[in-house]
Amino acid sequence: MAALVNATVLSRWLIALLMTIAAALGTTSTAPAETRDKLTIGITQFPSTLNPIIDSMLVKSYILAMARRQISIFGHDWEAMCQLCTELATFDNGRAEAFDGVDKAGKPTGEKGVRTRFTLRDDAFWGDGVPVTTRDIVFTWKVGKHPETGVADYRSFQDILDIEVHDEKSFTVVNRKLDYRYYAMSGFQPLPAHLEGKAFAVPKDYRNRTLYETDPTNPGLYNGPYRITEVVPGSHIVLSRNEQWRGAAPTFNEIRVRTIEKTAALEANLLSGAIDYIAGEAGLSLDQALAFEKRHGDDYDVVYKPGLIYEHLDLMLDNPVLADLRVRRALIQAIDRQAISDQLFAGKQPVAHSGVHPLDWTHSEEIRKYDYAPDKARALLDDAGWSDIRNGVRHNVAGEKLAFEIMTTAGNRVRELVEQVLQDYWKAVGIEVRIRNQPARVLFGETISKRKFSGLAMFAWLSAPESLPRTTLHSDFIPSPANSWAGQNYTGFNDPEMDRLIDAIEIELDRDKRGGLWKRVQQIYADRLPAIPLYFRADGFILPKWLKGIRPTGHMYTTTNWVEEWRVE
Amino acid sequence: MIGFILTRAAQSAFVLLVMSFIIYVLLGLMPGDPIDLMIGADPNVTAADIARLKALQGLDQPLLDRYGAWLANALEGDFGYSRLFSKPVLEVLRPRLLNSLILMAVSLALALMVAIPAGIHAARRPGSWTDQAINLLCFAGVSVPPFWLALLLILLFAVSLGALPASGMQTIGDGGLLDRIRYMILPILTLSAAGIAGYTRHTRAAMIEVLREDYIRTARAKGLAERRVVWRHALRNALLPVVTIAALDFGSLFSGALITETMFSWLGMGKTIYDAVMGNDYNLALVGLLLATGVTLIANILADIAYAWLDPRISYRVERGS
Repeated sequence: MAALVNATVLSRWLIALLMTIAAALGTTSTAPAETRDKLTIGITQFPSTLNPIIDSMLVKSYILAMARRQISIFGHDWEAMCQLCTELATFDNGRAEAFDGVDKAGKPTGEKGVRTRFTLRDDAFWGDGVPVTTRDIVFTWKVGKHPETGVADYRSFQDILDIEVHDEKSFTVVNRKLDYRYYAMSGFQPLPAHLEGKAFAVPKDYRNRTLYETDPTNPGLYNGPYRITEVVPGSHIVLSRNEQWRGAAPTFNEIRVRTIEKTAALEANLLSGAIDYIAGEAGLSLDQALAFEKRHGDDYDVVYKPGLIYEHLDLMLDNPVLADLRVRRALIQAIDRQAISDQLFAGKQPVAHSGVHPLDWTHSEEIRKYDYAPDKARALLDDAGWSDIRNGVRHNVAGEKLAFEIMTTAGNRVRELVEQVLQDYWKAVGIEVRIRNQPARVLFGETISKRKFSGLAMFAWLSAPESLPRTTLHSDFIPSPANSWAGQNYTGFNDPEMDRLIDAIEIELDRDKRGGLWKRVQQIYADRLPAIPLYFRADGFILPKWLKGIRPTGHMYTTTNWVEEWRVE
Repeated sequence: MIGFILTRAAQSAFVLLVMSFIIYVLLGLMPGDPIDLMIGADPNVTAADIARLKALQGLDQPLLDRYGAWLANALEGDFGYSRLFSKPVLEVLRPRLLNSLILMAVSLALALMVAIPAGIHAARRPGSWTDQAINLLCFAGVSVPPFWLALLLILLFAVSLGALPASGMQTIGDGGLLDRIRYMILPILTLSAAGIAGYTRHTRAAMIEVLREDYIRTARAKGLAERRVVWRHALRNALLPVVTIAALDFGSLFSGALITETMFSWLGMGKTIYDAVMGNDYNLALVGLLLATGVTLIANILADIAYAWLDPRISYRVERGS
């Protein structure tokens, strides 16, 4: 009896203690700040590094865009615009000049190079008060082109032959190749030479010694409206107003970016007031945003923006069955992509008819479009010799079954759902499709990148405005052991006209002519169907009613590039 | 006893060495290295870039050579850099190990503090309504998926009542002791739930066995107070299997805490090791797994010592021949 009393008393005491602690501590619960001078944003990933030129990562770009400015970016209208430069360099304004390329021996290469002159804004300063100058531009180029620093966009830096410095603010970039993107320096992110010089003393150690890793709250690393003042890896980053920012003053004194990987917990944090806003760029998936809107749509503004993430099915063209264009067309005509978009995504994700986004100026409507037409699909399959239907599955005269494997990233709920819907559509016309999904690291690290899939692979491409599909559609970029599996033409698409068009677009400076070439690229893509376009993925931004001024772009330059326009109403 | 501890320590060091080799080779044999994954994400990467980057990261070397180089550096105290965090791995793991140990130690302590009295109570009245109620709760505790329980607790305490934070480790800009304790309550409750259920069942089963022993009957016949019989004579023997299971659980908590850590954005070892494996961060995954192994080995040594304390018949004195 004594033991019973003992145990019961102890348990009661523990429960009472826990409840008391919870109640006592609960008096200081997290509540949204009434003054609204702070904004807490929730995202689902933490950046692996804060160095702007090492590793390319969306969440890093998202955070850094509040604290750093680039030479030029793409604006809301999907056209290039200056951030740190005063104007873009065109032939019309005299800032660009073509020249004949020569090799190291001085012999003509037959290619045109280009010299572009840029001027940095007078009011651009690092957070420690040091002006952003041409010294920073040259230093960044040296870091970027060094083979041992391991930067993400090494090739772009290598393509710069020289940077001629005219004065503190003016410089000319000598580019090896004149191409259609010559007038901007998109992606060039100056590093503060006065701080980062020491870290670059041993180039192979730069990655680990950069102050963005060792001293990320150093104000001199940032030249945007905010500077990073606190970093807790894996947890949160705090940005405070940059006193040296001379542009429009941002509304919030402090912006806190919290990483909460589980989207269910992210939602709970929003509802509990621990975060104010879930970023569309790295927050809820579209189906989760739609579900959230249904439950809490009255309390929050949910904004959807289709972007450049292009979901599609790569078809393995080495498979003799899929090499038959009639079979590929039957596959796309047998599925109702509009119904999938309407039913699963409330119509927020527009059906894709090619890899070029409708908001891109190069997009063309004059291409073959495939509506849902199961009868046409059946006729095409009959015509291709798959007319013998046994147990609901088509066979050819040799008795072979019309069956494929479809693969995607295991655990991606939306893709797995779409996969099952597609499987049903294809079953209805006599095509057997088996699902064989793999974890992302296996799928992308081995199966797709080494072309080990035999049928269909569902995944997405993230591109940029007017992004040339060289690595995905040019025959030089079919991964193989010979090229160390470089390139992303996983389907093995090989079309001489497509190759010529891609080469021609790259050096065509006349926008109208280039538009014509782009139209033809999209026509070939739609006619030959190396992949089945599905839809352009949309982001869902969950905003509190009082937060205004966030304008999603749809492209890779995130809303945070305009953070000074965010306001409270 | 000291000789026993030194022997076990030497055995543990050997186990760690073997484990380092096995883990390194297994990680190396996983499909896709960091550069392979980068090829898929970067449309501009060329064959020359791939060769350059693989050489930079030493991935162009045979696996065994890479292990040899890693081991040589590790023996000098250099465990390399984390690819995901761009920091020395120990710098990344040290605070996370501490976070995990705090979470695990408190959860384990809470689980044992609740489970042992509950198990004793159930064992003393087998078949009673309180025993059945405890059993029912135990089955519920074992069966409830941690992520669901975590979500439920978040919805109740953070969203509905607003009494506790939904996730994280501290309020940004605060970080005082009370603030940190507030953030610990829900993860600890989640992590303890299954532990309480499991240990209660084990304690109950062991106590029922022990209470049937002759020496217990003898103790009662001698007129000892029931409290003394249960807490001094029965419990010490009944705790032996519970200690074994708790020691083994201490290691498995690293992996078991993964879901709890993810749900509550708690920066611990489980989540770090998972991210390192999935993100091809070989150094971080390897050292993280070795630390988890090391903690399990230490917990088992402590369990062996606890056996001797609980049951004086157990002796670790080295026999020098008869």
